[in-house]
Amino acid sequence: MALTPLASSPAVIASERASAARRHPSPVLGAVIALIVLVVVNAIFTPNFATASNAWNILWQVSTVVMVAVGMTFVIATGGIDLSVGSVMAIAGAVAAVQLGHGVAIALGFALLCAAAVGALNGTLVARDGIQPIVVTLATLIAGRGLAQVLSNDGQLVPIHNVGFETFGRGHVGPVPAPVVIALVVVLVAAFVLRATPFGRHVLAVGGNRAASRLAGIPVRRTLIVVYVVSGVLAGLAGILEASRIGASDAAKIGLNIELDAIAATVVGGTALTGGRATIFGTVVGALVMQVIATSFNMLLVPYAWSLVLKAAIILVAVYFQRPRRV
Amino acid sequence: MQEQRRSTGPAAESVTKPVLRLEGIVKRFSGVIALDGVDFALEPGEVHALVGENGAGKSTLVKIMTGAYHRDQGAMWLDGAPVDFKTPAAAQSAGVIAVHQEIHLLPHRTVAENIFLAREPRRWGMIDWGRMFAETATLFADLGLEIDPRAELGTLRTAQRQMVAIARGVSIGAKVLVLDEPTSSLAEREVTLLFRLLAQLKAAGTAIVYISHRFDELYAVCDRVTVLRDGKHVATRPLAGLERLDLVCLMLGKSRDALAQRGSAAPVARSVMHDGPPLLRVNGLERGTRLRNVSLDVECGEVVGLGGLLGAGRTETARAIFGADSLDAGTMALRGERFTPSAPRDAIAARVAFVSEDRKAEGIIPELSVRENLTLAALPSLTRFGVVSRAKQRVIVDEFMRRFGIKASSSEQAIRELSGGNQQKVLLARWLCTRPELFIVDEPTRGIDIGARGEIQALIHELAAEGLGVLMVSSDLEELVEGSSRVVVLRDGKNVAELGRQSLSQDAIIHAMATGSAVDDRKPPVGEGA
Repeated sequence: MALTPLASSPAVIASERASAARRHPSPVLGAVIALIVLVVVNAIFTPNFATASNAWNILWQVSTVVMVAVGMTFVIATGGIDLSVGSVMAIAGAVAAVQLGHGVAIALGFALLCAAAVGALNGTLVARDGIQPIVVTLATLIAGRGLAQVLSNDGQLVPIHNVGFETFGRGHVGPVPAPVVIALVVVLVAAFVLRATPFGRHVLAVGGNRAASRLAGIPVRRTLIVVYVVSGVLAGLAGILEASRIGASDAAKIGLNIELDAIAATVVGGTALTGGRATIFGTVVGALVMQVIATSFNMLLVPYAWSLVLKAAIILVAVYFQRPRRV
Repeated sequence: MQEQRRSTGPAAESVTKPVLRLEGIVKRFSGVIALDGVDFALEPGEVHALVGENGAGKSTLVKIMTGAYHRDQGAMWLDGAPVDFKTPAAAQSAGVIAVHQEIHLLPHRTVAENIFLAREPRRWGMIDWGRMFAETATLFADLGLEIDPRAELGTLRTAQRQMVAIARGVSIGAKVLVLDEPTSSLAEREVTLLFRLLAQLKAAGTAIVYISHRFDELYAVCDRVTVLRDGKHVATRPLAGLERLDLVCLMLGKSRDALAQRGSAAPVARSVMHDGPPLLRVNGLERGTRLRNVSLDVECGEVVGLGGLLGAGRTETARAIFGADSLDAGTMALRGERFTPSAPRDAIAARVAFVSEDRKAEGIIPELSVRENLTLAALPSLTRFGVVSRAKQRVIVDEFMRRFGIKASSSEQAIRELSGGNQQKVLLARWLCTRPELFIVDEPTRGIDIGARGEIQALIHELAAEGLGVLMVSSDLEELVEGSSRVVVLRDGKNVAELGRQSLSQDAIIHAMATGSAVDDRKPPVGEGA
């Protein structure tokens, strides 16, 4: 992938890695190992796990979470959090379904615009007014879900009859499900932005040391606002895909509790909740770990509740290894 | 209004038993020694000033007295009995109470609740509100405070909140009160009120440890002074008869006689005088109680030192020029044009750079690499088509790492793993690659080992020689004298002296810091003479 560290020589990278590993073992590495172990164990013990169709299935299912988690990674990198993503998904799904009469392009554009607006509201309240991110986005989580239901005729299911629109969620590119393609594009672009653009640097700087960032001339407020807009737009995109996949806008259910999965994927992947350190690649791996657990437990006919317990354990282990070392 | 000292203190004559005594106190923080065998004795009914420059160990000593830290070695007696406070609560119940600058009380509760916090009078297991308000009222009457016990604490002014904190200490039965910079956020009238309260407590036999940087206050309220320097006890003297100049010499560790003979070291940087407006001219800066009237000029190609004791307004001046803090009054001009930065971004756009004194809190982004830290302020000029150019970064990073001798395993190493000196070099480089014309450096060599220190000082001279204007804030007199072409001395938020090459010496700086007047050279001090 385009995610290898951009250092000068392989030798330097290796020595860097070695010294970093001694100080604190890379959290991404932990997630990768967990994923490999899970896949190998399942390939051996779970019937029908190691099949192409199951692999596509897992990727297909994980794609919305990945999109949301990528946005979440940007927010968490600044030391914030975005609880409103599930509600934003519902809003975007509802808006798209209701506006489909005006054409697919308008429906999509309008849905994403609404998602961006919620993100801008979150960002403004956080950056300009200094309200805690968890409070701001809890408010938009609650209000957003309500708004989505109002938009879709008081919470009724809005069926979608539009072949073009349904392609997003159900179509394929060759053997690859369309949502997987879209998620992959999102991941690649996000990883590039975080690594190679001034904005990406600003995000990590603001999360790492806000006072120093301000003195270095970084537009701190603007960076924070944009980060929440990015999270909103990606959640909106995920909401559209979800509605398209279901073939209806279900304002009460779309994206319900997805903020928890997205935060879990981010944390397990090695992005620090305190901000300043982020890895898109890790977030993808984190989301896959969660999805493989859910899918394999399902295939093994283990009750769903047990997969929740294992997920929780993995989250705790991940956070335990990331805790600050110094006293 | 200098020698308006209270003469009732027992300091000089009667040898009373000390209420609190510390002996041979040693405290280390991860191997670094903060207190090195400090002795301290506090008489009942005295106000005892504790002074020292940054890193002297004042706050560590106070924290050991009040149970916030535990000493590594040494002994402590309260009323003659050995004590060993493990927690602030233990010290409090024994009668040693700290009143912090940031008052540790509950803003949303009433005054009376705060007074009785954690020891509320009870009746049948419930809080006895009537008694609580009544006792608070009595307490305030005794202390001559006019504060409503039922008022919500947060609605009071800072001074009143502070009085409440002190009254709380009194009601707990304080034998020793520790006041850490009690007047730093008070208006002048409120200071008078505070001093009246202190006089009362003193008369009642309470011993007070008083930390402040304001000499006028020390001489107004304190009986004796203990000077700490670099974690060591330097002297304990009665304040009456101790000249200010001598006190400053004790704080800075300079002998007066030696200084007088030493004279000035030749400044390295040249002052380039030319016609036309100076690079920077600031006039009458005011901000809160910290900046009261600061004016200074910086020309291209010179290093202007900005000196003064702790709390004199050095850093505040630097931050205001950089647009990091807003101003209440005053004007600034850059190359003759009005300069009103409302944020650091504006100053950076005008080619001003600023290296903060607090490297960790305001300088480095710890998780990012040397490369990312170094190029942080110059990103706009390194960006092409929305992407930070790898090649341009490499050129700059390589150049500065070589030129400054930055020791890191590679440019990709996280900056938090570097030594202080190397971190500082990265921060200097961060600004130099923005091509500044005015460079403000606040304590450029604080906490940096000797070798790197010399390198950084040489670098600053080099920059001035290349034509930059440098404003160098420093508490290090040697650094000021050797590294500056002129030194502006601040005192209580005003510039009181400007020492040019002829008159520049450590002695002259100390004199200006202590008395507020220069052995003049170029200009009379701006503002009123002290």
